[in-house]
Amino acid sequence: MVLSALLTAADPPQLLPAREQMAFTLGFHIILVPFGLAFTFMMLVCHYRALRRGDQQALVLAQRWSKVAAVLFAVGAVSGTVLTFELGLLWPGLMGKYGPAFGFPFAVEGLFFFLEAIFVAIYIYGWKRLPPWPHFFTGVVVTLAGVGGTASVIAANSWMNQPAGIAVRNGRVVGVIPSRVFFNGAFWWEMVHMLLAAYIVAGFMVAGVYAWGLLKGRRDHYHRLGFAVPFTVAAIAMPLQLLVGDTIARQVYDREPAKFSAIELLPTTGDHVPETLGGIFVDGKVRYGIQLPEVASILAGFTPSTTIKGFGAIPAAVRPTDSVVSIVHLAFDVMVATASLLLLLALWFACLWWRRREVPTNRWFLRSSAVSGLVALVSLESGWVVTEVGRQPWTVVGLLLTENAVATQGNLWPLFATVLVIYACVAVGALYVLRTLRRRWSEEGAEAAVVPYGPRAAPATNGHPLGGDDA
Amino acid sequence: MSDFIAVVLFIGVIAYALFGGADYGAGFWDLTAGGAARGRPVRELINVSISPVWEANHTWLIFCFVTIWTAFPQAFTAMTTTLYIPLGLAALGIVARGSGFAFRHALAQGRGELISGVAFACSSVLTPFFFGTVAGGIASGRVPSAGHGDALSSWLNPTSVLGGVLAVTVCPYLAAVFLTGQAQRRADTALEKAFRRRAFGAGIGAGLVALVGVFVLRADSPRLFHQLSTVGAPLLVVSGLCGLAALLLLRKGSPPVVRTLAAIAITTVVGGWGVAEYPYLLGTHLTIQQAAAPTATLWVLIAVSFVAVVLIVPSLLLLYSLQLRRKLG
Repeated sequence: MVLSALLTAADPPQLLPAREQMAFTLGFHIILVPFGLAFTFMMLVCHYRALRRGDQQALVLAQRWSKVAAVLFAVGAVSGTVLTFELGLLWPGLMGKYGPAFGFPFAVEGLFFFLEAIFVAIYIYGWKRLPPWPHFFTGVVVTLAGVGGTASVIAANSWMNQPAGIAVRNGRVVGVIPSRVFFNGAFWWEMVHMLLAAYIVAGFMVAGVYAWGLLKGRRDHYHRLGFAVPFTVAAIAMPLQLLVGDTIARQVYDREPAKFSAIELLPTTGDHVPETLGGIFVDGKVRYGIQLPEVASILAGFTPSTTIKGFGAIPAAVRPTDSVVSIVHLAFDVMVATASLLLLLALWFACLWWRRREVPTNRWFLRSSAVSGLVALVSLESGWVVTEVGRQPWTVVGLLLTENAVATQGNLWPLFATVLVIYACVAVGALYVLRTLRRRWSEEGAEAAVVPYGPRAAPATNGHPLGGDDA
Repeated sequence: MSDFIAVVLFIGVIAYALFGGADYGAGFWDLTAGGAARGRPVRELINVSISPVWEANHTWLIFCFVTIWTAFPQAFTAMTTTLYIPLGLAALGIVARGSGFAFRHALAQGRGELISGVAFACSSVLTPFFFGTVAGGIASGRVPSAGHGDALSSWLNPTSVLGGVLAVTVCPYLAAVFLTGQAQRRADTALEKAFRRRAFGAGIGAGLVALVGVFVLRADSPRLFHQLSTVGAPLLVVSGLCGLAALLLLRKGSPPVVRTLAAIAITTVVGGWGVAEYPYLLGTHLTIQQAAAPTATLWVLIAVSFVAVVLIVPSLLLLYSLQLRRKLG
């Protein structure tokens, strides 16, 4: 496949299976992250609306979403556990040497994950017998813990990009300044970027499901709300994300020139650098791309005379291979292109909303929204490829090469093959479960659904199903 | 200070043995509950009992991992490069188990429910076996400091097999004890009786394995045996007495008392292992002190443990008390 092209004859034999497996399991896990992180927030928005305004349909939505979240959270928890194992099984060179620095953000993450696991359980299973507001606040803990957990994992990841806060003597980490490790140069922006990405992906994904229902003519309050809440969240996050992304690109230009040269597909250092759209780097040349004169220089430093370093200047031993450069560049282009499409969709929504003040019924808008979740997912995955592949051949930039981090024991191929099979089963299982839930709910309808909180004494006709606590 | 972190690590191991162990054991009873119709009451009790708590229970494993790789990175990679086969299998078992359980819970009766239930139940039995072999490999000093020990004999040896078999028998014992209480709270006398019987059987089984284990350890791990029979002896005596008392009380006693006794029996056994290893982390070749990370990192871990005590422990108590008072479900 693509990654096999990255392998040269001198690489250790386990490098390919280790990288493929890590990429695959991380790429799988990252899909679930938005649901643990941002989906719970949307659930709470509906929940809040239900408690404040006595909106029973919102309550049904929140309750059903929590059931979906339960399934996805479970899969996310176990696939996250696998990543924990893999750090040791696949990358002993990283953990053994840099564990004292790279490892402790995960200990902090462990705290947040603990909180998340505890309160997500209380929230999900608390519908029947917990009083409404305390129940709501257990959900708030989940959302906050999710933010903390993301920050911790990103702290570890961003440290690999811009390592700081350690002293190494004789190949051993002898001193650590924890605050500088955690809050390294890449931390804040990378964290905000991932957080927004999670809200965008979850928002468009969930909205897409209800856009589908609206297209099929189910225009009731339940479907409109199920569309509006997540879509609004994603639409607010989208322009912010482009601003953040733009800032990060300049920061990468500043502090990670090797990655930036790959992003820009730029072999030789120079100014007045054109922005190359598409294209790959083969046989020492940039091919098949469309070039916009001077744009890369202007984007990096606001003037055409901005100098950008090319990857040709990197010593051959630690220079990214041609295929790495091409992958990073294309992934970046895909990320920006998909994000721009999503921004357009968000603006379209804003226009339609501004004119009518209601959930749009425009069929092309709904069709686009129905697939927006998948587009957002592509954007997320390609952004992640830019960060991770863009760091190659380093695992920790300037300190540890990936070929020195990788495992040398045994043969990793059988493990990887088993992982593929089991994950395929899990993916099929999860989709099957979600489909079953959707069918069950659409047969049941929103009106007839069992209302949480106490006995079913208050029928839908009451209008105030939650009693006297709404304003 | 590194000793303190080692203690923290062992508290994590004990917590995982107790809570994770009870979870795995529930899977064992799920597997042996019989056909779809006959086993339904048992499976339903297991479902409602562990659904809200299993993720929190398994977070202890993450806790152990992050503590060991941060505080004792060299020991961590020594283990992962030696015991990679059982660790890899355990990881896959965790995926199959967790997903299987979550899927089954969400699905109504039918084929999907059956398949995911089987995945859950089978991996619940296999996973603790692999963890047991890992513990045995470490305890018998088969993990070299530099790692890359023998890929097979490090976990396919008498002590490891003892660890695996012990895990597979102790988990169902713990689970049966916990589930007896759950059945009693639901005023389901038939199930309560059934689980008392199961706990009794599993308890006898675990006790027998432990007795056989004495001879296995004497032959296979002389140092561990020596330490256990000297410094570790008081803990093992407490364990034996509690285990025996729990067994005697199983038929009639109140579930909370039995539960406490069983928990003490397990805690002291795992604690005994820790005491027997001290001051070494691996065999007699890597001490806790030698393996420890720089001081600043250890301070971070101390801070994390402190926050865990003030934040996580009350949260866990809240979760368990809500669960016991049947507020969740």
